[in-house]
Amino acid sequence: MQFRRSLLSLAVGAVALVGTAPLSVAGEFDGVTVNILTRPGYVIAGRLVERGVEFQKATGAKIVVTEVPYAEIFPKIQSDWSTGTNSIDVGVFAAGWGVELDAAGLLEDLDPYIAKDDKIDLDDVAPYFREFGQKVGGKTKLLMVDGDFQMVYYRKDVLEAAGQQPPKTWEDYIDVASKIHGTDMNGDGEGDFGSCIFKKRNAQSYFAIQTFAAPIIQTKGTAQGFHFNNGTMKPIINNEGWKKAFELYKETGKYGPPDELNLDIGDTRALFKAGRCGLLVEWGDPGPLQLDDDAAAIKGKLYAISGLGSRTVLNRSTGKLVPAFKSNAPHSVDGINYAPFAAFGGWAGAINKKADQKTKDAAYAFLSYMNQSAQSSVDVTIGATGYNPYRLSQLSSPDLFVAAGMPQELAENYIGAINGALNSLNMASDMKIPGAQKYTSVVLDTQLARYLAGEITVDEALENIEEGWEEITEDFGRDEQIAAQALALGS
Amino acid sequence: MSYNIKNSQPGNSPAGISSGDKWREWCDRHAGSFFIAPAVTLILIFAIFPTIYSMVFALSRVRFTGDGLQFRYVGFRNFEKQFFGSSEMHFLGRTEPVSILGMIIFAVIVVAVFWWLYRSWKTASWVRMLGRSISAAMAIFLGWILCASLLSGNSIGTLYTTLFYVLFGCAVQFAIGTGLAFLCSQPIRGKNFFRVLFFIPLMVTPLGVGFAMRMIADVTKGPFEPILGLLGLQDWVWSASPWSARFVMVICDSWQWIPFIFICMLAALENVPRDHVEAAQVDGASSFQIFREVTWPQVVPVAVTVLLIRAIEAFKIMDLPNIMTGGGPGSSTESMTLHSVYIWRANDLGSSAAIAYLLLILTVVVCASFFNYVVLGQIRKART
Repeated sequence: MQFRRSLLSLAVGAVALVGTAPLSVAGEFDGVTVNILTRPGYVIAGRLVERGVEFQKATGAKIVVTEVPYAEIFPKIQSDWSTGTNSIDVGVFAAGWGVELDAAGLLEDLDPYIAKDDKIDLDDVAPYFREFGQKVGGKTKLLMVDGDFQMVYYRKDVLEAAGQQPPKTWEDYIDVASKIHGTDMNGDGEGDFGSCIFKKRNAQSYFAIQTFAAPIIQTKGTAQGFHFNNGTMKPIINNEGWKKAFELYKETGKYGPPDELNLDIGDTRALFKAGRCGLLVEWGDPGPLQLDDDAAAIKGKLYAISGLGSRTVLNRSTGKLVPAFKSNAPHSVDGINYAPFAAFGGWAGAINKKADQKTKDAAYAFLSYMNQSAQSSVDVTIGATGYNPYRLSQLSSPDLFVAAGMPQELAENYIGAINGALNSLNMASDMKIPGAQKYTSVVLDTQLARYLAGEITVDEALENIEEGWEEITEDFGRDEQIAAQALALGS
Repeated sequence: MSYNIKNSQPGNSPAGISSGDKWREWCDRHAGSFFIAPAVTLILIFAIFPTIYSMVFALSRVRFTGDGLQFRYVGFRNFEKQFFGSSEMHFLGRTEPVSILGMIIFAVIVVAVFWWLYRSWKTASWVRMLGRSISAAMAIFLGWILCASLLSGNSIGTLYTTLFYVLFGCAVQFAIGTGLAFLCSQPIRGKNFFRVLFFIPLMVTPLGVGFAMRMIADVTKGPFEPILGLLGLQDWVWSASPWSARFVMVICDSWQWIPFIFICMLAALENVPRDHVEAAQVDGASSFQIFREVTWPQVVPVAVTVLLIRAIEAFKIMDLPNIMTGGGPGSSTESMTLHSVYIWRANDLGSSAAIAYLLLILTVVVCASFFNYVVLGQIRKART
């Protein structure tokens, strides 16, 4: 009897529950899981996870973000998609890497999806990112979630106290770093560092060296490039220009942290947030990062310069350095040639062509959601996300960043620096040809690290890079690389 | 009902038996081989197939396409690159200019190797001579690289970084591990506690060791920072100098692997018959004499075998330099395994396989030479 009563009450309860509970509305992508692979840590990946939760609530699609070490992102995606493993549906990686993946026929063409998408507003994406970041061979194969330029930052208070002007050239950078090195920049009574650059091997040091080299090598606009002779794909590396860049880069180490050769970007970020760096080379992140609670020592004090220049430039026919004039460096200003480097090109998402259609639809919808102004204009104001502005609306006024807590003057300086880089006719584009990752993150990075450690001379490093780049070009096919380079630079 | 009882034994058939009997006899004789053949075949397939397949990689340029892997035969180009191409300095180190000291020592090495070969010529069979010639060629090659790089004041490549980990690291680990084992084999208080304590590091995953050591060895925030400050070494950074970084790798690797030597040597030391030691004591031998004349000869076969196993393992070191320095500064802490991994990570599967093969050749020749000329020699000596 007791059992029957219990059973009855259970049945009544269940009916009542079903009757009163709100029925879940089936989302557009209910039951679909989108697997995304990207870098580790909160930077880039963290926001994908957070936005993924919102997206799941809205559409039903489950977003799973897998994080792997930076150096493993590209090979993992390439081997997963190429060998038919297909455990990854979306890769979020450097926009420039898309070229090699697309050459292997691994990327989904996003133009048909964009045609049906009335929310993405790609006209608002800055032309460089829209045309060179998102498109490969004229078709949209990626969607940006971040826009990247490598810039120089300086501690305004420290330079003012030392009576120094912000640097204009890399020689100035070293001069200023030498003057402020050893002074106490955060009030803890200890001497701090004139310069902080992440120089660890197998990390991102190879971007910084290109930031140093670009204004010395590239003088005639973005289409000229600064890695190869575009007509022959012979490397333009074993010359006085790159040699000077290598030497300047190494010299900054005299005014940096003693363990700089073992510092990755996370380490230098911890240092400058603690107020220990007078000058640094970085992407757009330090602007909003100084607003973080743990960056009280530098809040409102870290100003940006879109890029440093060079008073001497490479004469490509002789391989020698010559002074920068309007005749040989048309974009130079007051005898200084500037070439802000679009390092990395920004993080962008691409979809595996072999994923099933429902997953591809959900993946596109999520990437579009990330890219849309409503989301990205919030994300780019939060330093920890790792996302930097790439939409025109984000760069048209400082209001977005002032609203996020940045002082007006600083916000104007910040977007001014990014706009300066973005609008430069001599902006240096990152390598966007098949094998780009190997040319730079393997060959260039290894030889640079060996030179910095004193294992080899600068001449040996440059000879080795030249030889290594030639081997890669031969492997991929010289004619194919010439064509890819022309497409990448719009030449 | 009749029974056909066969009384003949397996082996040579007596005259006059039928061909059916012969066949059955043959089957009987080889039954053991038939039973184990499937297992052996499977094992061979699993063991040999990857080796052959990786040779296909080593001789090819491999590209990833939408239809899978695309192989293009390039002959020995991936190997050639390591000795004469863009990777030469990375792999071998800088071998120019060669100093006078380097040349003299190389000449001594060459003379010694040829003298050894000349002496072997009189006694060894042609098979042994072949083996010794391979060992001699490897010795001359390694001798030349050593003299042209390190002994000429030039930087070394991943080849000699690996050999540094193997030769120096194993020597340090063997000395300390054997010393600790000897202490723990003595009648001291709390020796069981020390046995467990010394053994623990071996149980930690290499990845864990790497991260722990990275934190411990951090000179700005690690536990040794105050000590370095007191010694006036607050600006010294081990990770910025190639040799200090290599020594730190050996220290950290030793922390993990000394227990292996310790536990093996402890077992060997405890198996030395007590009466031999007591007899020596009665004869008035000192502790050192007892160790040298009684204990050591009995543990030496175990010692050289342990050293061989440890050396084979040390050739494959990767986790520590990968985690602690990323192979840096420069490529100074990069072992050949890590070199191969980094190239593989860039999807240059051909070069990666080529380096893996070079490591295999190096390991086999060095370890086989050590086994033939040291281990077997010591074992024979111990038996006599």
